[in-house]
Amino acid sequence: MIGQVGEVARRSVQRTMRQPAQIVPSLVFPLFLLAVNSGGLQDATQLPGFPTDSYLTFALAVPFMQGALFSVMNAGTDMARDIETGFLNRLALTPLRGAALLGGLLAGAFVLGLVQAFTYLAVGLIAGAELATGVGGALVIIALSVTITVATGTFGLFAALRTGSGEAVQSLFPVFFVFLFISSMALPLDLIQTEWFHDIASLNPVSYLLQAFRSLLIEGWNLADLALGFAIAGAVLVIGMAAAATALKSRLVRT
Amino acid sequence: MPNGAGIEVEGLVREFKNGPRAVDGIDLRVAPGEIYGFLGPNGAGKSTTVLMLTTLLPPTAGTARVGGFDIAGEGPSVRGAIGAALQEAALDPLLSGAEHMRLQTALHGLPKSERKARGEELLARVGLAQAAERKVGGYSGGMKRRLDLALALVHNPQILFLDEPTTGLDIQSRTALWDEVARLAAEDGVTVFLTTQYLEEADALADRVGIIDHGHIVAEGTPAELKAEIGRPTVEAVPREDADRERVATVLARFGERAEASRRKGASARLEGGESQLAEVVRALDAEGIAIEQLQLHAPSLDDVFLAKTGRSLEGAE
Repeated sequence: MIGQVGEVARRSVQRTMRQPAQIVPSLVFPLFLLAVNSGGLQDATQLPGFPTDSYLTFALAVPFMQGALFSVMNAGTDMARDIETGFLNRLALTPLRGAALLGGLLAGAFVLGLVQAFTYLAVGLIAGAELATGVGGALVIIALSVTITVATGTFGLFAALRTGSGEAVQSLFPVFFVFLFISSMALPLDLIQTEWFHDIASLNPVSYLLQAFRSLLIEGWNLADLALGFAIAGAVLVIGMAAAATALKSRLVRT
Repeated sequence: MPNGAGIEVEGLVREFKNGPRAVDGIDLRVAPGEIYGFLGPNGAGKSTTVLMLTTLLPPTAGTARVGGFDIAGEGPSVRGAIGAALQEAALDPLLSGAEHMRLQTALHGLPKSERKARGEELLARVGLAQAAERKVGGYSGGMKRRLDLALALVHNPQILFLDEPTTGLDIQSRTALWDEVARLAAEDGVTVFLTTQYLEEADALADRVGIIDHGHIVAEGTPAELKAEIGRPTVEAVPREDADRERVATVLARFGERAEASRRKGASARLEGGESQLAEVVRALDAEGIAIEQLQLHAPSLDDVFLAKTGRSLEGAE
């Protein structure tokens, strides 16, 4: 089983690293938005109660979430291609276990998550963002980012396994993007004045994932925020894996 | 030396939701070491049969044993006994041939120490040693098909399923693949279940042929037996002037029912009286004053068998 996961993971990583079109946009697009937002919204830090005087530091949490959204597309599109080309049937004819297949396929999302997290953090810090928790906090940020990336990747796998279509997977991207926009992406929850938006953002798990990153960047070690962030990421991972495993079972109807 | 058990199928049915019965109660037997050609037009049920026999699609009814194992109840054992190259070479364009072999040998559980050598041996066997490190995205159609075949062989299967392995290949690549498949059966005793829509492929390779149409097996036997059933040869005449085509067809119709001509300008008929009528055909055409550019006598083909059994020609049948 471990050997099978390793071999599928190896392929998944090779595929990811050989597709610059998967890696480059997931690095450039979030950093571009970071530059635009941190430049244009710096005055928001003047609001009473804004947690930092650097909007760049506040906004640096967002690329980690945007990067995770790319993972939905990348993991899902790769799986959909395997279904469309019949490669999944090839794998199904081997003694490969379904769990090993899913685990291995998420290795690509894991590696992409690592590359993204290092890049966002490095670029943010070079650009002048603060990191209140130092090197230890950087490691936790990377760990949380990778967990979220892998977790969202499972939803890409689920969509691909359910539909068998790369187009269907890509249609998920705007849906996930909406989740990001109706969160505390631009302002802290307690500074959102519009009631309905505040209510929705308060219910949106993305707000708490963002808060986990921000606590490390701005406040220092806040175990409650971190625990909530990791718990949400873990729950998303478990739900996504269960959904993907069920979809894989339906897709692989081998006797 | 043939390996183990072959294939035994009884009353196999596959019905899709809201669709027709893609496979409608077929019976067949393939002996160990035999090459069985499963011939039929697109949509006849060939690939659905292969998917069921390779355990990738559960049958709606009926039973089948492959390599001595029940396809419905002993899926993992069936998969251990078979290799398959399904329709469209299922390859990853971003991986090299060697990387494909590495993945396949590992997933089939070959010991680590044997994987590299087995991969290299098979790549060399299908003539891809030089291209082993190249990404498959740059391979030609023939190279992809040969890699597909090599991948199907990594675990030394007793039975090999090849679903339209030469569709879209040029004649050179097709012949190379035929040679390898024939060698596998003759030297390694591998049982081969080969689907094809190419008559010449079934004719050249298969020990026995099953013809499937609309989910039913309409004929089965050796190519020679099937052709002997039909018996009558066809004559085809191509007039020098296009305008004479209908006149030629009218003359030929005196000697037997019309048949499909291989050339657009020609006309063809199945000779009711056999080859001995050829001289009469020539005299009749001459008597009508029709100048003939080409006159050919065709021995019965598998297409004739298909035509006789289904009322349609296999070439272009859907």
